[in-house]
Amino acid sequence: MHTGFLTIYWRDMLKFVRSRPLLFASLVQPALWLAFFGIAMSSNFDRLTATLPATPGIRNVGYLTFIGAGIIAMTTLFTSLFGGTVLLFDKHWGLMRETLSSPIPRIHIIIGIGLSGMTKSFIQAAVIMVFGLLLGVQFFEGYTLAQILVSLLGIMLFIGAFSLGFLFLSSAIAITMESPEGMQAVTTLLTMPFFFTSNALYPANSFPPVLRAMSTLNPLTHLVTGIRYFSIGSNFSSIGVRYTYTQGEVLVSFLFLLAFAGIMFLIARWRFSKVTVT
Amino acid sequence: MQKGSVSIAGYDLRTEPEKVRESIGIVFQELTLDRDMTVREILEYHGRLYSMPKAARQARVDELLDLVELEGKRDTLTKHLSGGMKRRLEIARGFMTRPKVLFMDEPTIGLDPQTRIRIWDYVRDINQQGTTIFLTTHMDEADQFSDEISIIDHGKIIVTGKSWELKNALGQDLIYLETSDNREAGELLKNLGSVKGIKEKTKGIVVMVNVDGTYLLPEIIDKLRSRGITIKAVNLKKPSMDDVFVHYTGKELRDTGTEKGSVVSLRTGGR
Repeated sequence: MHTGFLTIYWRDMLKFVRSRPLLFASLVQPALWLAFFGIAMSSNFDRLTATLPATPGIRNVGYLTFIGAGIIAMTTLFTSLFGGTVLLFDKHWGLMRETLSSPIPRIHIIIGIGLSGMTKSFIQAAVIMVFGLLLGVQFFEGYTLAQILVSLLGIMLFIGAFSLGFLFLSSAIAITMESPEGMQAVTTLLTMPFFFTSNALYPANSFPPVLRAMSTLNPLTHLVTGIRYFSIGSNFSSIGVRYTYTQGEVLVSFLFLLAFAGIMFLIARWRFSKVTVT
Repeated sequence: MQKGSVSIAGYDLRTEPEKVRESIGIVFQELTLDRDMTVREILEYHGRLYSMPKAARQARVDELLDLVELEGKRDTLTKHLSGGMKRRLEIARGFMTRPKVLFMDEPTIGLDPQTRIRIWDYVRDINQQGTTIFLTTHMDEADQFSDEISIIDHGKIIVTGKSWELKNALGQDLIYLETSDNREAGELLKNLGSVKGIKEKTKGIVVMVNVDGTYLLPEIIDKLRSRGITIKAVNLKKPSMDDVFVHYTGKELRDTGTEKGSVVSLRTGGR
């Protein structure tokens, strides 16, 4: 088997670790979201929903715990959607020509960048979880060690599939675009519908029908579902809304993310096949 | 590729592009070094792209850093290297995988004379180890270092040959004359047996001669004077590659941008 993707992975991780500001920002930024937005919003929501009667026998979780999963998902979305930018810079500075004129098959570039972006998302998710637990996010409440490990594995699978999908999408955009500014504009534009039609920050079940449909087709919603299922549980309520997840639903969400990643991979492969060395 | 076929190192570009890629190395005209990687990492990455085994990669990095005299810069980020060092690193990279054919686009452009000389030393070393090198460069460098030279104009090869063959096509010597009547002088000299051809210039004519110009020149001067033509200026020189270039492309060098005319010189793997 050709291991070219490992070479691409190695270089990208090398640059990630070496670029101190990038490393620092990418680790601190999600923590800041949780610290500022999370605490500010949860103090509001928890006050507003304090009067709602709790459903007996069901675990009620605070808003900070509720959006803890959302912030992991959001960070994964942003990191992955911008993850392809390295390719645009490589193209812009002529560095891509070395890689493209080498015998390495082009899909290995896509896979390598996908895997390094996925690794970055794992690192970020771990930072948010640790920081969240310190701030009072109640993940894995009452879980045994074995359950926690299984849950972490589940979360990693979801984040992995999701981030690959968006990294492939990002790579396809990057290899097509001419300027970093254009790429920035397009990806920023894309984050809006994905982010706000999901259930990351608020419940999606009281959305108007169109938004609800968008939410169902939104990979971010499925990622949040997966993370909440594994980190909070299959039956809980938060800010007055009850959440139940069956294993079937969670599996469907995972398959949805895999399918999304598969389609994005095909698109990226097609875009890469059009690239010429000039 | 628009039409025709390309075969490099015995592989057809259309049917075996992977094999072609494995056989070639490229040194691009612009610098293509990642600023945030060290000298060693640049070479390491390149070797990995071509699936070189680890031990071979490491040995090769040592060897090449020694060759291009960057041993002391092994762990320096490329952004901290001088222009000449970057160029040397790129050349080392081009040779990392011991390609059968190495393409170099203006490898010495914008470099100071010392660096230029060193780069040609490396190129010669590489060549002697059996790599065929195709490169575009200035006429004088092509003249000095190439086994074979092609002159390309508007994307077409106009002429190919060894340096001396190309120069001989212009004659043994070139005599430049400015006279009171250039046209008349040209007509007169054209019929001399040892004159190969006459070229008109803005202010004078160039007489291409087949014999030693130092002995022919007095004869020419006598001939012109006997017809009442005054000679204002005389110059005698051996044809240079610049002259060859001008001769074949019909352009003065100062007018030509790289896209108009350039020289590709080829070194066959000499052993």
